[in-house]
This record gives sequence, structure tokens and C-alpha cells, in this order.
Amino acid sequence: MGTQEHQIDLGHLLAFDPLHHFPSPPSSREELVKECLQKGTELVQSIADTLFNLPSTEDIDGPLVKLPPPTTRLPREKHLPKPKPPTKWELFAKAKGIKNRKKDKIVYDEQTGTWKRRHGYDRVNDDEDIPIIEAKMTDEAGEDPFAKRRAEKKKRVEKQGKNRLQNLKQAAKVGALPSHIQLAATALPITGTQTAPKKVSKNELEDVASMAATATASGGKFDKKLPGEKPEKHKGKYRKFLPVVEGTGIGSLEKQQTEKILNKLISKNSHEILNVDKAINMYNVKKEKKRKNRQGKDSSTSSKLKPKKQLQKKSLKKGTSKKGKSK
Amino acid sequence: MYFKLRLGLAVYTLHKSFQSFLLQTLPFGLKSKLIMLKIKTPKSGKAKREIEKRAPKLVESGKKTLILQGTKTSNVLNAVLTEIYHLKKDSAVRYTRKNENIRPFESGGETSLEFFSLKTDCSIFVFGSHSKKRPDNLVIGRTYDHHIYDLVEVGVENFKSMESFTYDKKLSPKVGSKPFIAFIGEGFESVDELKHLKEVLLDLLRGEVVENLNLAGLDHAYICTAVSSNRVFFTHCAMRLKKSGTIVPRMELVEVGPSMDLVVRRHRLPNDSVRKEAMKTAKEQPKKKVKNVSQDVIQGKVGKIYVPDQQVGSVALPYKAKGLKRERREAKMKHETNDRAPKKQKENSE
Repeated sequence: MGTQEHQIDLGHLLAFDPLHHFPSPPSSREELVKECLQKGTELVQSIADTLFNLPSTEDIDGPLVKLPPPTTRLPREKHLPKPKPPTKWELFAKAKGIKNRKKDKIVYDEQTGTWKRRHGYDRVNDDEDIPIIEAKMTDEAGEDPFAKRRAEKKKRVEKQGKNRLQNLKQAAKVGALPSHIQLAATALPITGTQTAPKKVSKNELEDVASMAATATASGGKFDKKLPGEKPEKHKGKYRKFLPVVEGTGIGSLEKQQTEKILNKLISKNSHEILNVDKAINMYNVKKEKKRKNRQGKDSSTSSKLKPKKQLQKKSLKKGTSKKGKSK
Repeated sequence: MYFKLRLGLAVYTLHKSFQSFLLQTLPFGLKSKLIMLKIKTPKSGKAKREIEKRAPKLVESGKKTLILQGTKTSNVLNAVLTEIYHLKKDSAVRYTRKNENIRPFESGGETSLEFFSLKTDCSIFVFGSHSKKRPDNLVIGRTYDHHIYDLVEVGVENFKSMESFTYDKKLSPKVGSKPFIAFIGEGFESVDELKHLKEVLLDLLRGEVVENLNLAGLDHAYICTAVSSNRVFFTHCAMRLKKSGTIVPRMELVEVGPSMDLVVRRHRLPNDSVRKEAMKTAKEQPKKKVKNVSQDVIQGKVGKIYVPDQQVGSVALPYKAKGLKRERREAKMKHETNDRAPKKQKENSE
């Protein structure tokens, strides 16, 4: 019953006596208990022997002893943490040999001549603090440079957010997502497609609802309308029949109808009649095209400063459908 | 489409056309086929710290225990469970409700246990139940990644609670101190079930894995003896360290805690693949950077010491200044009224 037979694991303060053999059956309960305690004392004594002989340092509460790591292996409770895969920037920096430089928290600001912090309230080189932005030759009139800067910053921030999400998705694929971050799906797709549906607007829903209502046997005419529901816009009448009897001769409604048709027919071939709206649209479209072409060729003065082209009326030509241009 | 609608046959086709209507007419912001993902982070430092506590670590220590019970429990079993809870007060969670859908050895009855393990971050559980076939049953199990790893079913007999032991109260062990664990008997090596039980008991009874141990704080020990091939006598004793001639004190064990007979009934060993994964150890940890120490070829090891600002004049004195003491002041005032005796001048040596 020497100490050599006990297997001692100091890291766990564990002692195991594999050679003890109980005389079967043990006589009585008290005897059993006594014997167990006796054996236990021996084992504990053997652990204490080794324990107290370890080099100890004096502490306020008592002697401190550095325990060796335990020898019995026990299973872990959670998996080993996987190392994070390098992010896109890290890969790029490694490939290029870019080293991270430590930056100070406080930086000297030449403008005010004081030491300001690099990030946060009242920072150095704040994008929004610039009072005057000088105009460059490439600037267009009517464009707000401050708004442009803000929009650019917003774009940069969004791009950074997207990159961060991509990096996290990569890490999640490997299973090495940082413990405090969770990726959650914001919207679920329609079954069958993989795209997320855009939110349907109120008007569109009304249209679709009235369409769906016509699926009933009576075509949706007698459906009970909810409070606040507007009557359907498209009643289902697609042809307009004039009343059978109305006044003497050609009635006003019929007159209007025929006038409309005739105008449409004649205006196509008429040259004096000018469709102002159409003319303006056509002019604007042509101007846009020309401007685009000109911007590609030379970037000098804006088109507004150029003399306007003489607009001709092609009224004397027969059979053409070109409209006269107006200023 | 219109005619189909009119005829009223169209509930199904409308559904389809509704979908396609949406898909065609409504503009989609995204043309990509991915689900929109959002990054969720904890909004407060406290929440973040709690989550990081539960994250998998390179070096682990101190498994938390979940103690719960099934549909029926006996008095004995209740006492056993409460005593185990008291033994592991700091690192155990006790559920007192009855859980009828937990059957650890059945395939479907583990989901609740795994859920509780996830919610309380406990990786050992002690599940007590009582039935005619298995009276006073304790199932001790471990989880790996919040899935059941292994189970040991044990019956409790001859239970003696902590209150039934009389001893000098000065000896009672403190909560959370590191215990000695002793296993006696060849059964622990020869019998498969007892080997498994030994491992599980070790996991259950050991506390935190510490590097530095205070020798003054050793006060209790667990003794497990394999009485026969399926019976283990378990007891908990306080330790008294007595003076002996050498540095090593003489140990004396006094039974304090619960003592019971554990009869092994069933057990389930872990899957080989899961076992291999769970037994993996971390590689050597990268050495921590030592701050304020630098090596110089000329001078050798150089260290920096930062001395905080010492306000020599403004710190309050621990004693009252001589002139401020009340008696002195009063005596002075009294003497002012009477004429003071002239001060004795120092006589110059002639």
C-alpha cells in the first residue's frame, strides 16, 4: 500500500488506487464506511505529500502552490474555436506587404493650431467642417459640392458595410463567426423564387384587390366593401355606347366623339397645327443627345452658353409628318 | 387572364397570376438571388460580455451543472438533488419543475435537455426521476456543443443527508473550494461501466481548473469506493490538517456530507467520432506579451516602471495636527486670559 501504487493526478487533486480489493462481502455498513474512510485518508495523504512538497510562494492568505496541468483528459464542453479567415483587406495587405502603422489618438491640427483627437467629437480633418470648397473646372453649375461630399461619404460607408458583411459571411461559412455577431435574415423570399419581394404600394394593392374581386360569380359588384375601401376604378366597361335618343340631329355627345376622331386623323397630316407638348419633348430629347455627344468630345463651356441653333419650319413640304420646331 | 377571372374558375390561376403579376409589374430593388442578411450585435456592454462568456474558448474549465427532475420524484431523490446542488452551489443551476418529456435514454426525449443546456450554458446535467422499475434514479450526463455526449444511469441507495452527520461545525467546508477526489477499488479499472462512472464523477466533482492553489483552503474530499462490480460507495468528508513533524500535515477525514450507494444501471458511451472531436486539445497558446520589458544588447533586460504622481502636500495625515487638537486649543485660550508665565529662554553658554 505504498504511494507508488496510487495513481495521482495533481492537477485534479485526484488519487486512484487500482489495486485495492475488497474482501467480499464486506461485513457491515459501519465496517465498510470505516474501511473506506481509512483508505481514503491514505490516498488523500499521498496526494498531500506530493502537493506540499511543491515549491510554494507566500501569499496573504496562505502558501500558494503552482499546480501542474492535469493528466486525466476529459472531454471538452464546446468545440475548439476556429481561427478567423483573413478578410479581403488582410489578404490584399499581406500580398502587397502593407504593414499596419500605429496611429496616435491625438493629432496636431494645423488650422486651429491645437491638438485634436483623430476620431470622434471635434476631430481633425472633419469632412463636414470645411467652410469653403473652391470650384474646379470640372464642376457643373447648380451642383451642391457639400451635398456631393456627403453623398460620397454615404456611399463609402455603405460600401464598407457591404464589405464587412461579405467578410462575415465568409467567416460564417467556415464556422468562425465572432461570438458576439449573429447574421440574421431580414426578409424571407416568396416560395419558389429566391428574390425578396419589394413592398407593394397601396395603389397597386387596390388595383390588384379590385381585379381579384371580379373573380366572384357576380363579377365583384355586390361584394361588401370594407370601411375605407374605394370603389373600383376600372368598372369593366370598355366600350362606350352613345345614348340612342338625344336631341335633334347629331347630338352633342356624338358631335364630340366625331370631332375627336377627326382631329386625330387630320392633325397627323396637318402642318399648321402644332402640338406644343410633343414639340417640346422632341426638342428636349434631341438637346440631351447632343449634350451627351458634346460632353464626350470637348469639355469646354456648357451648352447653355452656346448660341441656340436656328430652328426651321418645314411647313412647305408635302406629305411629311415632321412637326415644326419652336423655341 | 381576364376571361378566366370572369368565369370564376380562376382562384388557382389568379393565385399564380397574382404572383406573376407581382413579379412582373412590381420593380425589384435587388436583382440578386440572395436573402438579405443583417448583422446583429449586442447593444450593451453587459450583453456582449455575457455572450463572450458563453463562447467556445481555447482552454476550458469549470463545467456548469444543471440539476432537474422528471415527472415523479421521491423524498430521497429530492434530498439527493438538493444536496448535490448545495455541493456545487456556485456553478450549478437547479430546476424544480417537473419535466415529463425528458427521457434521456430515448431518442426523442433529449431535445428538452439540449435546449436547457443551451439556455443555461450547462454541460453536465443531473436528472432525477423515480419509478417502480427504477426507484431513485439519477441520470448523470454530459453534453458536447449542447448535444448529448454520454449518459450514466445510477440508482441511489442508503442515502444519508448532510444534516444527519454530526461534527464540529468549524470543520465544515466552504463553498467553491477545490476538493480532493479519491477512487478506491479495482472495479474502476476493470468494469466498463465503473470506468465510465469514474470519468463522469470526476467531471462532476472537480471544480475550476486552477493553476495556483492556496494550500490553506483545502478542506474537503470526495471518496468513491467500488464495493462490487456495480456498486460504488460515495461519501463526502471534511479534512482536518494536523501538525506533523514535516511540512506535510497529517490528514484526518471527518464525514460531513451526503453519503450514498450508487448502483450503476445503464450507461451510454459517446460516439467515436464525437469522442475524438471532444478530446481534442488546443495547441500551445501563444505567449502573452510582457509589457514594459525590453531586451538590450548592452544593458540586458531593461524594465520600465511608471511611478504615479505623488501629492506630497495634499494627502490627509492619519493623525491630527498638534496645534489643532481641541484640548490644546482650549488650554491655550484659557492661558490667554491669564497672563502666561514668560517663556524660559535658553541660556547661552558663556
